[in-house]
Amino acid sequence: MQNRLINWFRYASPASFYPLAGRLAPIFWVLAAILIGIGLYMSFFVAPVDYKQGDGYRIIFIHVPASWMSMFIYLVMAGWSAIGLSFNTRLSFMMAQALAPTGALFAFLSLWTGSFWGKPMWGTWWVWDARITSELILLFLYLGYMALVAAIDDRRRADRAGAILLLVGVVNVPIIYFSVKWWNTLHQGATIKMNGQTSMDETMLLTMLIMALGFWAYAIAAAMVRVQSIILEREANATWARELVGEQA
Amino acid sequence: MNGILEALDMGKYALYVWGSFGVTAACMILEPLLLRDRLRRVRRRIARLNRRESNPS
Repeated sequence: MQNRLINWFRYASPASFYPLAGRLAPIFWVLAAILIGIGLYMSFFVAPVDYKQGDGYRIIFIHVPASWMSMFIYLVMAGWSAIGLSFNTRLSFMMAQALAPTGALFAFLSLWTGSFWGKPMWGTWWVWDARITSELILLFLYLGYMALVAAIDDRRRADRAGAILLLVGVVNVPIIYFSVKWWNTLHQGATIKMNGQTSMDETMLLTMLIMALGFWAYAIAAAMVRVQSIILEREANATWARELVGEQA
Repeated sequence: MNGILEALDMGKYALYVWGSFGVTAACMILEPLLLRDRLRRVRRRIARLNRRESNPS
């Protein structure tokens, strides 16, 4: 037990996490490329045409994974923030910051693809429906968090202020998720329910899950590369960082 | 070839399907490139600091 604790805390130091992030990133880039490649192939060549929405429904293969990731990444960031505030580990805050732009990107893509799906199916690009509005608030939470952290010069204060914002904003995630149940919305109900029931054809479901796994690998890879930049930007004066980079970059 | 084009023909939904997949693809190609640039920039900055300190003029 003692040994395992020591091993875990070893990676809480930016200096020892940096090389690990460098090793993990390429693995997850490759994984993302393979999974998204298979997902795209299945999206267009394997998944059948929908009886009601024709080919238009294919947007689901990116819309749902992007929406899931936007909520999931936010929860992971909030988790890192809670760890950072509890144990005062700098790397936890850096992880939250490394995930933020990718989370914001997925929130944007969720809204964008939703809009491009809403137009042909509902006849409108945008409605102030509960789910869409709460997803927009999620995008603003991401952007607000990034702006707040960037605006405070003192790193430690920026870390803490950002972490608190993330933890307060967490309340929005269940609102997004359950919005289709709590309010009478234009947005359709959950595609996959918590109790495991699904209202979807098996091929379509499999395609969507493969895409979701691909997006998940992509998010990890992106966060690993970004956390490396954040670590080096912050530790530019540390001996280990200087020795690691050397005189040729 | 015709089969592929046929499978990719989204009919009246072309604008919406390709508008969604296109923007998603663009974003998910651009972000990794920007990330690579950012890491390169900080590594170059540190290398410059190192060079300056090893031969101060």
